Amino acid sequence: MSEKIKLAGYRRENGKVGVRNYVAVIPVDDISNAAAEGVSYLIRDVMALSHPYGRLQFGDDLDLTFDTLIGTGRNPNVAAAIVIGIEPKWTQRIVDGIASTGKPVAGFSIERYGDLKTIEMAAHKAKEYVQWASELPRVPIEAGELTFSAKCGESDTTLGLASNPTIGRLLERLLEQGATAIFGETTEVTGGEDVIADHAINDSVRKEFLDTFNAYQDFVKGTGADLLGSQPTEGNIRGGLTTIEEKAMGNIEKMGRNKVTSVLKPAQEPSGPGLHFMDSSSAAAEMVTLCAAGGSVLHFFTTGQGNIIGNPIIPVMKISANPLTVETMSEHVDVDLSAMLRLEMTLDEAADKVQESMYHTINGRLTAAESLRHNEFVLTKLYRSA
Amino acid sequence: MKHGALMHEPEDDVAVVVTDVASGTEIHAVTLEGKEICSVTAIEDIPLGHKIAVRDIADGKEVVKYGRSIGKASKSIKQGAHVHTQNLKSVRWA
Repeated sequence: MSEKIKLAGYRRENGKVGVRNYVAVIPVDDISNAAAEGVSYLIRDVMALSHPYGRLQFGDDLDLTFDTLIGTGRNPNVAAAIVIGIEPKWTQRIVDGIASTGKPVAGFSIERYGDLKTIEMAAHKAKEYVQWASELPRVPIEAGELTFSAKCGESDTTLGLASNPTIGRLLERLLEQGATAIFGETTEVTGGEDVIADHAINDSVRKEFLDTFNAYQDFVKGTGADLLGSQPTEGNIRGGLTTIEEKAMGNIEKMGRNKVTSVLKPAQEPSGPGLHFMDSSSAAAEMVTLCAAGGSVLHFFTTGQGNIIGNPIIPVMKISANPLTVETMSEHVDVDLSAMLRLEMTLDEAADKVQESMYHTINGRLTAAESLRHNEFVLTKLYRSA
Repeated sequence: MKHGALMHEPEDDVAVVVTDVASGTEIHAVTLEGKEICSVTAIEDIPLGHKIAVRDIADGKEVVKYGRSIGKASKSIKQGAHVHTQNLKSVRWA
């Protein structure tokens, strides 16, 4: 077995452990994307995390944008961050949120300078950060020190049969070693919500989960729409999933036999080890962005029909047991579990295979999504702006 | 590969076919542990990953997979039929 593989990662100033070493430029708002991208064009190995929001948001929606941008900067895969906004106050709010990790962070605002001077100032700082970060060594770490996340996409019946129980088994092993894990997808557990509730570690977590679940069901009803036609998706239906109940039962196999330790708000960092349910959309890029903002450093993404998503700051491992998908979309698949459908691979053997691939990913081997430049950074928008 | 379909629980009404299955083909349905539950002849083409009825299911009856209901039959379903959106509906977002 590959248990002997020595793991190496980056231990950050606050003790959290990352598996990548990025210098990120985080725009506070849509109109600062151009300056952020300007810095990334000038300085090598600096990544601009462009996004379309950040202006005239209010209330919970604004808080979520702040939490997501701050959480992204705080992520242990980020060595240092540059924040660029149109004006100084919101920029500083994000800088302060990141700075409490102890990592290097600097903010720049565009008003009274213009894009070009801002880019020049930020590029000087980015150059300093990237040279510093390039010298940081990987140090010995344990898998149990890490925060993981899991979500499936373009699901089909192979997830419930094979890929998701495999992730459940692997998470059982990782949590046993003290790791932290995030799952979620509030609407997509419809029809299996009682199973999650039964996995709650105590009555208060159980109630909090059911309240969160019911609040989203009420929100959907309140719009006057129904989710039929969106959940299951057309891709799910093509793959043989018929109803949301069926999809949910496959989805929640990812939990394994673990207990649900807490319910997290979107983008919220878990307060301790164990499995945590994050209130979140099932849209792949939104969910993985929220998990990364919550501190996940590596995402397990199971797919049936072939979702191709990645993330700019965390490796997204793609796991599939659908023989057609692993054959026709092989460049997107990190771990092929199709032997499980032939009953030529047991659940534990499958978990071993994903674990081995995970070790390599932790140690720096690029995932399929990383090498294909899948850098989807997508903020969750709760409602329209003012 | 001797089996043509997998079942989550022995009492399930449906099995998931693991290859494209042509109408008239007899397939063996087994559990994930490899225990044979039944054999059933497909009465229509069923694509990889889709469900086959392992027994007759009456119109309006709950359809069981994972040992629990995944919705209701919206018409009567014959053993060997393709079970999907044309004959199975959610009871949650109906």
